[in-house]
Amino acid sequence: MSLYDTLRHFADSYALLFMFGVFFVLCAWPFRPGAKRHSDDAAHMIFKDENDGE
Amino acid sequence: MESVLSRAGIWFVLVIAAFLAMAAAQDSGFAIHMGIIMAAALIGLWFTISKPDYSAIARGILRVPADESLYYDDVVRWGVIATVFWGMAGFLAGLFIALQLAYPVLNLGFEYTTFGRLRPLHTSAVIFAFGGNALIATSFYVVQRTCRARLAFPGLARFVFWGYQLFIVLAATGYLLGITQGREYAEPEWYVDLWLTIVWVVYAAVFIGTIVKRSEPHIYVANWFYLAFILTIAMLHIVNNLALPVSLVGSKSYSAFAGVQDALTQWWYGHNAVGFFLTAGFLAMMYYFVPKQAERPIYSYRLSIIHFWSLIFLYIWAGPHHLHYTALPDWAQTLGMVFSIMLWMPSWGGMINGLMTLNGAWDKIRTDPIIRMFVMSLAFYGMSTFEGPMMSIKSVNSLSHYTDWTIGHVHSGALGWNGMITFGAIYFLTPRLWKRSRLYSLRMVNWHFWLATIGIVFYASSMWVAGITQGLMWREYGADGYLVNSFVETVAALHPMYLMRAFGGLLYLSGAVLMVINVWATILGKLREEAPMSDATYDPAADRPLAGRPAEQGA
Repeated sequence: MSLYDTLRHFADSYALLFMFGVFFVLCAWPFRPGAKRHSDDAAHMIFKDENDGE
Repeated sequence: MESVLSRAGIWFVLVIAAFLAMAAAQDSGFAIHMGIIMAAALIGLWFTISKPDYSAIARGILRVPADESLYYDDVVRWGVIATVFWGMAGFLAGLFIALQLAYPVLNLGFEYTTFGRLRPLHTSAVIFAFGGNALIATSFYVVQRTCRARLAFPGLARFVFWGYQLFIVLAATGYLLGITQGREYAEPEWYVDLWLTIVWVVYAAVFIGTIVKRSEPHIYVANWFYLAFILTIAMLHIVNNLALPVSLVGSKSYSAFAGVQDALTQWWYGHNAVGFFLTAGFLAMMYYFVPKQAERPIYSYRLSIIHFWSLIFLYIWAGPHHLHYTALPDWAQTLGMVFSIMLWMPSWGGMINGLMTLNGAWDKIRTDPIIRMFVMSLAFYGMSTFEGPMMSIKSVNSLSHYTDWTIGHVHSGALGWNGMITFGAIYFLTPRLWKRSRLYSLRMVNWHFWLATIGIVFYASSMWVAGITQGLMWREYGADGYLVNSFVETVAALHPMYLMRAFGGLLYLSGAVLMVINVWATILGKLREEAPMSDATYDPAADRPLAGRPAEQGA
């Protein structure tokens, strides 16, 4: 097999699986138990300062 | 004093170097560009050595409030003014080239004013000058507010602003002079590309430096989008512009890639310029300005994170859909098409997230013209991110590709999504940056909204009709197996559509003129006396107790 074929087979097997795994974990991360409060805090953070920090 | 001397020395060396490069130039275009750089360095030298405090004078001209607050906003104020200025230049160029397509005599028989040279001037002026300045200015504003920290390296931020303006001037004059790499949205030649790389790395340093010194533990999602925009554009710009100059003192260079690899690199760049410059960067604006103007938090913070990672993981693969039915391998075309279709979901997730932020405050669409701009912007984001995946399907693309449908699609995204959200952000920022109680006129914002919206409707619908007409005429075969229409017949058939498109552009430009007046008057501190946009009705005759009313109302 040429180097191209080797890389190509790696790309559409393990590399694809790895990328999908990373993507899934990143998307699921804010849904872990107890994370809702963090998200709500983060969403409200931009209203902390009246008049933009003054 | 010593620092003044050494800084003047640096400017002086730059002047000399630019002069020598100009003298040794292999072609007139390179000589003119080196002359522009020398002029810029001379201006820098003059500002360094002359005694008056120019920054104080500039603050006076720009009516900058005495600002010793937490945040460094001077560069944001310049950015707002530059955005409005380049927006007008870009919209005007767009209207002019639209009229050139309808009336070729407007090419003026002069090489510098032909459509081929003015078109990149228009696209770069609106994307990189108008959009780019909006992104730089808002990113510096938002990163400070969401990190609750003063901008890191204010001196470097000033360099980013002025360096970026020099890039714009070099790019724009280059197009007129015929200096181009011929790569869409990446036309500037090698030395201008190198300059932009320097400016961009410094921009990243200022932005990341501010995030590093933040006093807020969480990095707000808008900054994720800005960061993705800055880092990805750096990567795309460097790879796509790998080229070997013919001479170190000449403007011509040749790409490091050849043939279909070159085409794929170009459209990997080109589509991600759309995905990360015109989408991720502007989504960052959406995630800050829409909740702030609506005075409600984003509908779902968790959806915004899914939106973010889905865009990052999917967009980068969508570029090959620009090369359907070319020499590009079939599997690559299909890959580009499939990823484009998958992109529809995160895009609509983001649109829904933005729109639903108004949940419980939908009345603001009626009462607040700035919110109305944001909502229209999100609506166009949704429409163009539906249209785009649909056009990337190969069978649809066989009709739509190379036709004006593509132009219509691009403009529903650019005028609708990017333009509207930038206008909204400018109207949000101007009174805050200049410490005014409100905008000069909210009613003018309303007029701007309607002129822009109707302008886009004319633009997009005329280009749909034009594009499908063109596509069908090109593929029409007669019974004898020959094509029925010559190319020039299709051009003649489109003339009425081109007039309607130009009319839409005129409306859009007129709305932007109102914005110039409004922003200008707001900076000067004027307030237009006008009826409020909406008010509860009040009838004094009805406002008294029942007992005091005439007798017929009793019982």
